[in-house]
Amino acid sequence: MNLYKYASPATFYPLAGKLIPWFAALAVVFGLIGLYLGLIVAPEDAQQGQVYRIIFIHVPTAWVGMVVYLVMAAYGVAALTLKTRLSSMMMEALAPTGALFTALALLTGALWGKPTWGTYWIWDARMTSTLILLFLYVGYIALIHAIEDKKRADKAGALLVIVGSVNVPIIYFSVRWWNTLHQGASVSVTGSKMAAVMAQGMLVMALACWMYAIAVVLVRVRAIILERQYKGANDMVGLSMGARGMAGTEMTGTEMMGTK
Amino acid sequence: MIAPNSLFEATPAAAQTDAPGAPRLESSKGMPEQTGAFSDASSDVVEQSRSLERGFFVSTKRDTFLAFRSKGEVIQALVFFVMVVSLFPLAIGAETVLLKRIAPGVVWVAALLSVLLTLPRLFASDYLDGTLEQMLLSPFPLTLIVAGKMAAHWLTTGLPLALIAPLLGLQFGLGGDELAVLVISLLLGTPILSMLGAVGAALTLGVRGGSVLVALLILPLYIPVLIFGAGAVEAVASGIDYGANLSLLGAGLLFGALATPFAVAAAVKISLD
Repeated sequence: MNLYKYASPATFYPLAGKLIPWFAALAVVFGLIGLYLGLIVAPEDAQQGQVYRIIFIHVPTAWVGMVVYLVMAAYGVAALTLKTRLSSMMMEALAPTGALFTALALLTGALWGKPTWGTYWIWDARMTSTLILLFLYVGYIALIHAIEDKKRADKAGALLVIVGSVNVPIIYFSVRWWNTLHQGASVSVTGSKMAAVMAQGMLVMALACWMYAIAVVLVRVRAIILERQYKGANDMVGLSMGARGMAGTEMTGTEMMGTK
Repeated sequence: MIAPNSLFEATPAAAQTDAPGAPRLESSKGMPEQTGAFSDASSDVVEQSRSLERGFFVSTKRDTFLAFRSKGEVIQALVFFVMVVSLFPLAIGAETVLLKRIAPGVVWVAALLSVLLTLPRLFASDYLDGTLEQMLLSPFPLTLIVAGKMAAHWLTTGLPLALIAPLLGLQFGLGGDELAVLVISLLLGTPILSMLGAVGAALTLGVRGGSVLVALLILPLYIPVLIFGAGAVEAVASGIDYGANLSLLGAGLLFGALATPFAVAAAVKISLD
């Protein structure tokens, strides 16, 4: 079987359509198991009580939020080197999901922080670098929507994400270092040893988040493929009409050069 | 028909000595002087590399001149820098201890914003009048040309900022050592701001609302520079070793100098495509 066949939007579109129900079903199954483990099986935490249970959604969303950016960077490399259109479409489809999960990680972190640390927000290294990650997502989304020419938007977005991903570790370590310089003993997030069932619950919830993310991204990429095909068809029609106008502007351009 | 004659008139000495050597005349006949010099150089590897470097120096010189010729630009960015820094005592209060503590951060944030404001200058006018396209077509590598533009941008924004910063530091009550480290950190850090900023400026060429967009794209990437730059001054102020901060800024500068010209050249090509 030739996997490269599915690098074309036309062949990927039906494949994605077939895969979506499976990922969606897995997301529901894992989600139910994860919630059961997290809310019913896992015992109450000795120090934090019931409130720690937010960890079962907080940590998985943070994982997904981080990894999606790296996946986008990988697609970005593919888009610029192999010039596959689907890679750029996948990037565009991944970005909102990544941003959503990063925002959810921040939100759940804040909700968890209030009862345990007594504050919604501290300038903790992890929280700060997650916030910066959200900024990076926002920057990418803003860029590709600001550029009207889709081809250029794809390439510009790919380059931006690649530059950003080189910066991600630098940002992370600089923020961590800054944090240790500024704050003495800050709150340690996973201080106590975790019970096995808690780790399992977190892992299953992470799987649920991943399955959901993949399903949603596939739905979105199908929409993008359709949208672009429609627009592409319009461009083809417009091309013959615009050809004369283009030639006209070119003429005036050379004339101006000549007079100079 | 006219071209060979004018060439003879332009360089009579060379024409006289070279007159018997037909091939030499042939090679320089159809070409303008500049490309003639370039094709001569291509015969010799050393010569060629020297003339490739010229792409860097010529573009640095040109952009620096242009920035200084339109007098306002360089001064405006500096005045903006001074103004932003001066806003902080007004907003926070004139407590000497507090001002001294926030001084490194304030100066660095103001430097960041000031560099950000000047980023459109890097490519915008060359993009609008088509010069950038000609640069893309020129025999010099685009990487070196954009590197030259980045160097010129730093010479006309980062360098003046670093030189005026001690004055502002004094207003905030910084001491001698802190002022020295502040200047060094700005000298090491502001080139990185120009380099990273150039990526954003090149990607957003001719895009609606470009300047706000550049800020969105680039500010997150500026964070490490801000942390290490302000961190170095703060380290001096609190008596910790500041060498690590400056070393990291230096490492960032070297890495940026190696990597960003390629990224910027790629971005320019994407935007002109």
